[in-house]
Amino acid sequence: MIDRIRDLFKTFLLIELVKGMAITGRYLFARKITVQYPEEKTPISPRFRGLHALRRYPNGEERCIACKLCEAVCPALAITIESAQREDGTRRTTRYDIDLTKCIFCGMCEESCPVDSIVETRILEYHGERRGDLYYTKEMLLAIGDKYEAQIAADRASDAAYR
Amino acid sequence: MSEIVHTFEGYSAAWFGPEWGPALFLTVKTLLLIVAIAIPIILCVAYLTLAERKVIGYMQVRIGPNRVGWNGLLQPFADVLKLLVKEVVVPTGANRFLFVLAPMLSLMPALAAWAVIPFAPELVLADINAGLLYLLAITSMGVYGVIIAGWAANSKYAFLGAMRSAAQIVSYEIAMGFALICVLMVSQSLNISDIVNGQGRGHFAEKGLNFLSWNWLPLFPMFLVYFIAAVAETNRAPFDVAEGESEIVAGFHVEYSGMTFALFFLAEYANMILVSTLAALMFLGGWLSPVDSTFANAVPPILWLALKVAALLFCFLWFRATFPRYRYDQIMRLGWKIFIPLTLIWVAVIGIWMQTPYNIWSGS
Repeated sequence: MIDRIRDLFKTFLLIELVKGMAITGRYLFARKITVQYPEEKTPISPRFRGLHALRRYPNGEERCIACKLCEAVCPALAITIESAQREDGTRRTTRYDIDLTKCIFCGMCEESCPVDSIVETRILEYHGERRGDLYYTKEMLLAIGDKYEAQIAADRASDAAYR
Repeated sequence: MSEIVHTFEGYSAAWFGPEWGPALFLTVKTLLLIVAIAIPIILCVAYLTLAERKVIGYMQVRIGPNRVGWNGLLQPFADVLKLLVKEVVVPTGANRFLFVLAPMLSLMPALAAWAVIPFAPELVLADINAGLLYLLAITSMGVYGVIIAGWAANSKYAFLGAMRSAAQIVSYEIAMGFALICVLMVSQSLNISDIVNGQGRGHFAEKGLNFLSWNWLPLFPMFLVYFIAAVAETNRAPFDVAEGESEIVAGFHVEYSGMTFALFFLAEYANMILVSTLAALMFLGGWLSPVDSTFANAVPPILWLALKVAALLFCFLWFRATFPRYRYDQIMRLGWKIFIPLTLIWVAVIGIWMQTPYNIWSGS
């Protein structure tokens, strides 16, 4: 009986509603967690799998030996490689294309590479405005590798202990 | 001010003759006054949408729109511009005439009701004696816009939403009406200015504590019922099953786009401001200052009204940020089985109270 009267009072005095409003009212003054994206950014892991790059050795020689392991392992069939013999007798790629619209950024190409040539960088802000803009050729991938080599090398080094 | 008005009245009579002059003058003057009321209301609506996004954002520990203009202050205008340039799509199966008419029908009562709202003593477009009756009549018209919109669109979701919305609005109107009947019983008047002035008299008002003499204290249950019914009337959360994004997409205005959609939005927010203003006038003493001190009396009356309305509107946003949506049968149960009996009983209680020697409203 007393419980029922108490319930009745609880219902008609809207106590639970007021409690709920007290909580939202408190959060009105809480510190906001919004990250204002272009100005502020969240930290990125060195393992981040973003835009691809082809790396070179310090002496300027491209690392890729056209073993085609990445092409074989790629689950999305995004990589296309053609190879030929260069004048000095080494095997090199004549074509190394990645279709980023097919790529699922799984990182298997990077894992399969025996010479650490193809890597995924921490670059995530890139875009294409026309059809075909996201079809990256060997020259483009090498250019990315050249431009961000310091960052790529640092990321590999910091993660080396866990590989 | 009145001299300038008189000069223009003279010009009007001189140019258009004694027969047409005064009539034309009255028409132009009324039209100008309507514009002077409607434009600030539409601006308030614009900033209410921004306030809603900001307040709800803050309660959800994020910051809300802050890109357009300083801290997002131009966001409503960007939204309006976007909606203006968007195409108005009329579905193939829709009734074109009613489809275009519906948004206007829902906005019209929301604006027309402002004619009898006093913003300050003597500051009212039409100071009619049956002001409260006019308000009840005009706000009931809003449901036509909703139901015509849902029907004309020829879409299942829109029709479902319109049915829900119409049933809900009609149900809660009864409780709302009875709550207002209590107010007019204690103030013995249907004129809104009189109702406000009546709240300025009483035991506490003589001691300088005006806010304890307002209707909200003696009629507290009715104040709660009125405000909750007002939330339901305007189809706001937690009573927004008519829109119910997660169940029936957007309710009665699914098929609307561009400016026709914006009109529904405008109507919803204008209605929010209207019912908040009504609550402030009926229960919170309108433009009266809460205490009788030199500082409080120095504040212009219209500012007191604006403050009270803003506080009530904040509650609307607060509710939306706090409460989950009611189930539909629960809404109906609350309206028919709790609010209507409660208000009926309270009308009787007030009636008996007024017949006893303890009647506190005899002063009016």
